[in-house]
Amino acid sequence: MNNLSVVIAGVGGQGTVLLSRLIGNAALTSGQDVRGAETIGMAQRGGSVVSHVRIGADTHSPLTPSHKADLLLAFEPGEAVRAFHLLADNAAVVALDRAVKPSVPQPFGEYDGASALAFLKENVSRLYIIEQEKLFRQISPKAANVALFGAAVGLGLLPLSIEQAKLAVRERVPEKFLSINLNALDVGANYFAEVTP
Amino acid sequence: MKQLLMGNEAIALGAVRAGVSVVTGYPGTPSSEILETVAKRCREVYAEWSVNEKSALETAAGAAMSGARVMVTMKQVGLNVASDPLMSLNYTGIVGGMVIVAADDPGPVSSQTEQDTRRFGKFAKLAVFDPSSPEEAYLMIADAFDLSEKIKRPVLFRPTTRVCHGYASVELLPPLDVKRDTRFQRNSRFVIFPKLAYESHVVIEKTLKELSTADYPRNTLEGAGTLGIATGGVSHAYVSEALGGQLNCKLLKVSAYPFPVGVAERFLEGLTDVLVIEELDPVIEEELLLLSAEKKINVNIHGKRSGEVKNAGEFAPSEIAVIVNKFLGKDTAEATAQAPSNLPIRPPVLCAGCPHRGSFLAVKEACKGINAVFCGDIGCYTLGNAKPLDMVDTCLCMGAGITMAAGIKRADESKTTFAFVGDSTFFHTGISGIINAVYNNADEIIVILDNSATAMTGGQPHPGLGLVANGSPTAKISIENIVQAIGVQHIVKANAFDLDEAVSAVKSVLDKQGVRVIIFSGECIAVSKRRGKCVIDNDKCVNCGLCVTKLGCPALTLSGKTPTLDETLCNGCGLCAYVCGKGAIACE
Ligand code: SF4
Ligand code: SF4
Ligand code: SF4
Repeated sequence: MNNLSVVIAGVGGQGTVLLSRLIGNAALTSGQDVRGAETIGMAQRGGSVVSHVRIGADTHSPLTPSHKADLLLAFEPGEAVRAFHLLADNAAVVALDRAVKPSVPQPFGEYDGASALAFLKENVSRLYIIEQEKLFRQISPKAANVALFGAAVGLGLLPLSIEQAKLAVRERVPEKFLSINLNALDVGANYFAEVTP
Repeated sequence: MKQLLMGNEAIALGAVRAGVSVVTGYPGTPSSEILETVAKRCREVYAEWSVNEKSALETAAGAAMSGARVMVTMKQVGLNVASDPLMSLNYTGIVGGMVIVAADDPGPVSSQTEQDTRRFGKFAKLAVFDPSSPEEAYLMIADAFDLSEKIKRPVLFRPTTRVCHGYASVELLPPLDVKRDTRFQRNSRFVIFPKLAYESHVVIEKTLKELSTADYPRNTLEGAGTLGIATGGVSHAYVSEALGGQLNCKLLKVSAYPFPVGVAERFLEGLTDVLVIEELDPVIEEELLLLSAEKKINVNIHGKRSGEVKNAGEFAPSEIAVIVNKFLGKDTAEATAQAPSNLPIRPPVLCAGCPHRGSFLAVKEACKGINAVFCGDIGCYTLGNAKPLDMVDTCLCMGAGITMAAGIKRADESKTTFAFVGDSTFFHTGISGIINAVYNNADEIIVILDNSATAMTGGQPHPGLGLVANGSPTAKISIENIVQAIGVQHIVKANAFDLDEAVSAVKSVLDKQGVRVIIFSGECIAVSKRRGKCVIDNDKCVNCGLCVTKLGCPALTLSGKTPTLDETLCNGCGLCAYVCGKGAIACE
């Protein structure tokens, strides 16, 4: 298959690292080469964090170059927009709709995510917005990352079956958190059930 | 079989494959996961978190003199701390292979400086290996051990952040057959003296010269033409990505130093122009300039010195693509829609429920109306500089806050000086500062923030916790006993989560003289379980906003004037309940 570059954007503490490893592990198990990069360090304390997962044998850079990402998984609308420059023209975006408000005063006035969402709706044709409130009624907020994984697999945006995704979750997630994460995977995978990808 | 490995895991497993038996280090982003991987995954190998990089390097030096293969891990600024033993160790030499991994941090992403360890290698007269990917790092570290053992001197291995925290599917190989006879045997060269230093220097220069002309298969030359690109490290990946599988120029990849003049000369032959792409310092660029002058090769060299490549900060792959395409006379596709610039600004902040927030607030409250200076140090608590806490006036390097606070007072009598130091930093280089302060009758208040972890780098243990790197128990060293033994007269302790107690602790030492120590205890949220949860009672809340504007807790934000408490982030530390004068926040 062709190369596939996935970018994951969020705020430090939201679980981007696990999400990228789930995708990477599942792709590796299905016989693909994988490379990528994480944001680890200071930014994990509430800063903007980006993970890159690049599937396929002929990628070189661990970071996705601009206009080369095929899929963006975003935990938050503003962070999705921040990563927008990485997206290829026909890229798909799956994003949670609720803004994570910064705890420091903002120079542009209060940030609520509305203008970021509007920008995404205007500029991304394959946009899949997850209503966080609706999602969190069915899953633990701590498993939002796995729900995003599920949504991407359910929409057919990753070259993986739901079984392969489950296997990756089982491999990577500690026993005591397994059931909430498997549930999140299912809820995510079915979230867009009525949408045809 | 392939495994998905982070670069740091690849380095660790590569070293174990190469027969390393002693690994020492001090945590520092982006290097920390190397030693953690050895401690967790390879329990047959001895791995220790030393108290600082100097101790780590010296411990490893002893083992290497006894014939063991050893590895020392640290971040680039850690190498500054370890440089004293390292400089001399190159002169005494070792027996077993010794690899010092010093991880550089272009950006910097999480560091105080953008120093280039390749440059340090040249200064210290050491060979340096520069891996370009996790896969290469896995294999290359074995080369580093082999070379070190062959020349009987330590060598440097310097991955950068995108190699350390990059990851890749790596083919794991069977262990190399490295039989070690580890016995310390006396040898006069282990005792450094001026005469020995001179003799060693002669040998070192000879060895470096030989290495610079030897062929190392990972220094590669490909392609043909009159244009050439020279690169190394992760920049090689960016250049390859930009070339997209079409090599219509010459491409030199430098993977190890001393600079390989043989392959570089073959590279320069027939070129009119060279583009050098390397992060941090123009090391390859300057070597090519020297070589072209020496060999009288007439070639234009483009890079940092010519201003065509930026000389600070990290590269983005797209920015390298633009430079490479321009050099090769190709176009770069332009961006389409422009993303809005009014995106939220997110500086890193202390976690919701961080004990340091209480400590900073207590000192701030107690110091109202006092002309005080707050010296910070390296760790999560550097983030106390963020508004609204705004409690860090200086931050220099590990352990510097205590000594700087004393110095400020010498020059400006009018100030009350505070030094904040974390528990791990206290053990690293803080203790000597306190001894210096007591010995020289300094006048300052030292605030030790004991959060039971080396938190910024991921919660590694330290001497105050009673645990070693692999989690086994050991003696617990008491911070309080040390401070007492040094002779500090005024020592108070308080719970960082109890604001009243913490404020009175600060007040109780404010009017005293000399060196005073406050120990604030409170566990990092990564160490202790959730304490509970807090909720805002909207009937009692008067929308004064104090809980938000005083604390800067990420779980508390304002929507208009109304405070919102994000229950998924809150750890129930109760600090906001203290701050709220209306009793509108209830914690359970
Ligand atoms: S990791 Fe621990 S010490 Fe660091 S900011 Fe978070 S709670 Fe505080
Ligand atoms: S400090 Fe108390 S009264 Fe003021 S906004 Fe916060 S919860 Fe409401
Ligand atoms: S109790 Fe208040 S200050 Fe503490 S974590 Fe929760 S919201 Fe933040």
